[in-house]
Amino acid sequence: MIFEGKAWLFGDNIDTDAIIAARYLSTIDPRELAEHLMEDIKPEFPGLVGPGDILVGGENFGCGSSREHAPLAIKGAAISCVVARSFARIFYRNAINIGLPILECSEGLTGIESGSDQLRVDLEQGTVTHLRTGDIYQAEPFPPFMQEIIGRGGLVEYVKARIGQAQ
Amino acid sequence: MNKENIAGGGSTGSTKSTMVEKILAAKSGQKKVEPGNLVNAKIDLALGNDITAPVAIKEFERFGVDKVFDPEKVVLVPDHFTPNKDIASAEQALLIRSFAGKYKIKHYFEVGRMGIEHALLPEQGLVRPGEVIIGADSHTCTYGALGAFATGVGSTDLAAAMVIGEAWFKVPPTMRFEYIGPLPRWVGGKDLILYTIGRIGVSGARYRAMEFAGPAISELSMDGRLTMANMAVEAGGKCGYVQPDQVTFDYLKGRVTVPYEAVYSDQDAVYERVFSFDVSALEPQIAISPSPDNVHPVSEARGTEIQQVVIGSCTNGRIEDLRLAASVIKNRRVHPQVRMLVIPATQQIYRQALEEGLLTTFIDAEAVVSTPPCGPCLGGHMGILARGERALATTNRNFIGRMGHPESEVYLCGPAVAAASAVAGIIVHPEEVVQ
Repeated sequence: MIFEGKAWLFGDNIDTDAIIAARYLSTIDPRELAEHLMEDIKPEFPGLVGPGDILVGGENFGCGSSREHAPLAIKGAAISCVVARSFARIFYRNAINIGLPILECSEGLTGIESGSDQLRVDLEQGTVTHLRTGDIYQAEPFPPFMQEIIGRGGLVEYVKARIGQAQ
Repeated sequence: MNKENIAGGGSTGSTKSTMVEKILAAKSGQKKVEPGNLVNAKIDLALGNDITAPVAIKEFERFGVDKVFDPEKVVLVPDHFTPNKDIASAEQALLIRSFAGKYKIKHYFEVGRMGIEHALLPEQGLVRPGEVIIGADSHTCTYGALGAFATGVGSTDLAAAMVIGEAWFKVPPTMRFEYIGPLPRWVGGKDLILYTIGRIGVSGARYRAMEFAGPAISELSMDGRLTMANMAVEAGGKCGYVQPDQVTFDYLKGRVTVPYEAVYSDQDAVYERVFSFDVSALEPQIAISPSPDNVHPVSEARGTEIQQVVIGSCTNGRIEDLRLAASVIKNRRVHPQVRMLVIPATQQIYRQALEEGLLTTFIDAEAVVSTPPCGPCLGGHMGILARGERALATTNRNFIGRMGHPESEVYLCGPAVAAASAVAGIIVHPEEVVQ
């Protein structure tokens, strides 16, 4: 899978309360959640972000609460992919489990103009290309079993297939 | 499905293991596992609440199965937005209530019988040493205080676990934290864990297991240990734990009737890092908004004005916390500019606090006492902050907007500092109030 989209830059330790505040957790509809994405740290963001855009985080993206509403809100905004230097572990699991593409790029992307620069993400190759500068970044590869979860579109399909095999 | 190693990790060459490695090995049917190994482990308990379970139930239904893997090993606790704050949250609670009925979930705790999940499960004897527990709530790591491997997951993980009774884990490297010295007066589990998070940062233990040990931990009560393990996630930890000892067994006695097997780290197990903290002169600690690692001794935050004090949550809403807060505020009054909320974490704690006269102490001091939800901790309901307001709370997170308006602030501390500051109207050391 290859995505091209506008990059939106966020800093280190973006917590899931920032991604989606608890006052919106009485719904599980991704589109409704997306209307409040990053609202407390960047109130104008839901109006700016568009389909196919790419979130770029720093260290420990998605720390804090386990709310799956956080990756759901990102998915609901039709964001194609999240790239970060590192992810908090529950967010990482959740993103893989719901089939939201993420890439961990420990060297960190530099020189990105948030909201204007375009990135190309190649999930198979694990590369991120900064289209304006031409810089290419290599992400950490997923273990094969995680690739299978992603390939099947999430944990539910993966486990269904495993149960099917066992019977 | 569980007797396999999904992918290899680097071998340390050691024949010794930490507690977490041993538990994950046993529960995935292997002799030994190494940090970095991916394993499928059998789940002893899977937990969801009124925010995370509705998403899990929706995912569960996609499997097309007609039962959960074991109705006695699924726990559902409506504790976040209950008693329901609005129609939407009532609908979510209804969804899990119906699910619990349909699938005959034994451990469903209705309002009136419930409590904040991470106080409730240990209290009810549902957590035992050596077990693997997952919860669709990040503070599931609390149960490590009883020598279990317990970690937070998301809703889809919970859904899959409810179907197959297993979950995948990457075996974490273990960091050991040793606390040396007798604890000074006014210093407890909350101060130790805040100090630790301040030292290593909010991603300092990312993906790691945190082993809490040393003489100060041996002396620490179970309530204090639960507080410490609870906040392992605030350092990025996968789990935090204390190896079982007499304090553990005394706590389990009378609560747990089924057999269990305590698991211990080997003497010369391989730790990724070992920290040794001399805490004999530690001051009570405060985490200043907006990050749990922005930790300072209370003296450095002294004088900061506060409008609200919250004593409660899965971190510090247990009986010892209430006793400590009550001892500070007894025969005193909450400052006229401050609202003080006391939230006993479970019905049992509520009753105990009532019988011990603690609730009368709080009410005499003009604090408000509530039934046990998570409530204000996550800005859910009851005690939401307005723009520009500041709360001092015994809770676990002080992120931007956590307790209300994005321009409000939360400072974190232990119960003694919270109660003393409620009296003073500014942040103070408890000694300034209690002579």
